[in-house]
Amino acid sequence: MKAEIFLKKTDWLILPLIGLCVVLLVWQIVSITVAKELPTPAKTWAASKSYVLEPFAKRGEMDQGILRFTWYSLVLVAKGYALALVLGTPVGFFLGLSKAFTKTFDPIIQVLRPVSPLAWLPLGLVLFLGAGKQASELGALFTIAICAMWPTVLNTAVGVRAVPQDYLNVARVLKLSRSKTLFKVLIPATLPYMFTGFRLSLGIAWLVIVAAEMLTGRPGVGGFLWQEYNALVYEHIILCIVTIGVVGFILDRLMSLVERRFKTA
Amino acid sequence: MSDYVELFNLAKVYPTPTGPAVIVKDFNLRIQKGEFVTLIGHSGCGKSTVLSMVAGLNSITDGGIILAGRELAGPGPDRGMVFQSPSLLPWLTAFENVMLGINQVLFTSPKHERQRIAEYYLSVVGLADAMDKRPAQLSQGMRQRVGIARAFALKPKMLLLDEPFGMLDSLTRYELQAVLLDLWRRNSITALMVTHDVDEALYLSDRVVCMTDGPEAEVGDILPVTFERPRDRKAVMEHPDYYGLREHLIEFLEVRAHRRKASHPDALPQNKSNAKQYPGCLSTRHR
Repeated sequence: MKAEIFLKKTDWLILPLIGLCVVLLVWQIVSITVAKELPTPAKTWAASKSYVLEPFAKRGEMDQGILRFTWYSLVLVAKGYALALVLGTPVGFFLGLSKAFTKTFDPIIQVLRPVSPLAWLPLGLVLFLGAGKQASELGALFTIAICAMWPTVLNTAVGVRAVPQDYLNVARVLKLSRSKTLFKVLIPATLPYMFTGFRLSLGIAWLVIVAAEMLTGRPGVGGFLWQEYNALVYEHIILCIVTIGVVGFILDRLMSLVERRFKTA
Repeated sequence: MSDYVELFNLAKVYPTPTGPAVIVKDFNLRIQKGEFVTLIGHSGCGKSTVLSMVAGLNSITDGGIILAGRELAGPGPDRGMVFQSPSLLPWLTAFENVMLGINQVLFTSPKHERQRIAEYYLSVVGLADAMDKRPAQLSQGMRQRVGIARAFALKPKMLLLDEPFGMLDSLTRYELQAVLLDLWRRNSITALMVTHDVDEALYLSDRVVCMTDGPEAEVGDILPVTFERPRDRKAVMEHPDYYGLREHLIEFLEVRAHRRKASHPDALPQNKSNAKQYPGCLSTRHR
């Protein structure tokens, strides 16, 4: 009886640990049988130790602690993501408010939306050819912004369309001005949808950064991953994958905390 | 007393692919200052359409509405609206919801004066202790109290109520009817309410306007309700005339509201005078 209660209380910790062990075991088996080039978990840890234990070390341009790389990536993501929100939110509002605007631009949006970041990046680089040294950063920003903005655009538009007619009637009866209706009624009523869009956009921005860094060779988690692949240090590829996953997970959790705050409001 | 509100030849027509759909036609009604008039009819008969045209939320196809000597064009805070769902903004507290309108209408008054008005009306409707709560923390009845406070706080020329108590349980409904009646009397405000609750109509109104079924709904019958004011629910229900009036209304809703359609299954009715169509009305139609 007591053991049962203990298990119930600790299963939030024990079960995920079991899951981790299973994955590690499969990885171990695969690396010693099928894929001989794949480093085993132990080898991966041995090769990655210095990057994890000295996360902010800087030994060279492409040889830095994993959190320092993560920081570079996050800074770039933050810029591109901010750009995506600044562009995407108003476009979403226009789509939600105006049928004519929707009819005009929705087909284009639907066509551009599924385009992969790998396809956008070369175009971004071409766009900023004149920028010299800055070209790779600007190209990456362009790619992050254009790929990450769609969930914000679409969710904002859905949110604006979903504003209950009752709220709009209140605004009309009170004869609120256009800007007052926007700031006192439309935006607060749309916020929960907007934040869902913001969260999804952040996820995409984080996906895109890795691709952008791989192609431009900028220092960051993605750039490091690609460099180590070329240098045949396969352990570090796994280190980077785990880092990317953990950071993405943390970002998503943080955003959903913010999102929940606005849902209850 | 002179007519304060006049609805003349009011019509609402929606164009549809199969031809125009006439919802309301030739709707005439005059309301005196301080009078409480109720529109009653089957759901979908167009009574809410009439009310929302008065509110300015729905465009008028033909005819017009005059309020205090001026023809209405579009919505405005001179008509306080109480919606069926309280329509409070969920991110604002009860107090802020009331203040939203006050700030808009009485923007010349100093801030403390505006806040005092909001506090006054919220406490009159019995929400003195719940002013800083959000709608999600309030019961349905309390929300509708906020809705009533919000409408009265603007000191409108006219009060419009669209089935204001339709979503409440009967006990809460009785409480709120009393709150509404009390506020209405204290502010001597002209009120037009839509309901399908016969008892509610009789308890609150000076006149009950029965509407025929749509399409092409019009005024079918106007019933004066002369119980003395201030009214007490018990006294009203025990009044010797009460059941006569109640039966009259129910009989209208059950039988006569449909009659025109029954006698003209597909042809459009040519007869514009309802008085002729409904011999035996207790009251005559206006005009």
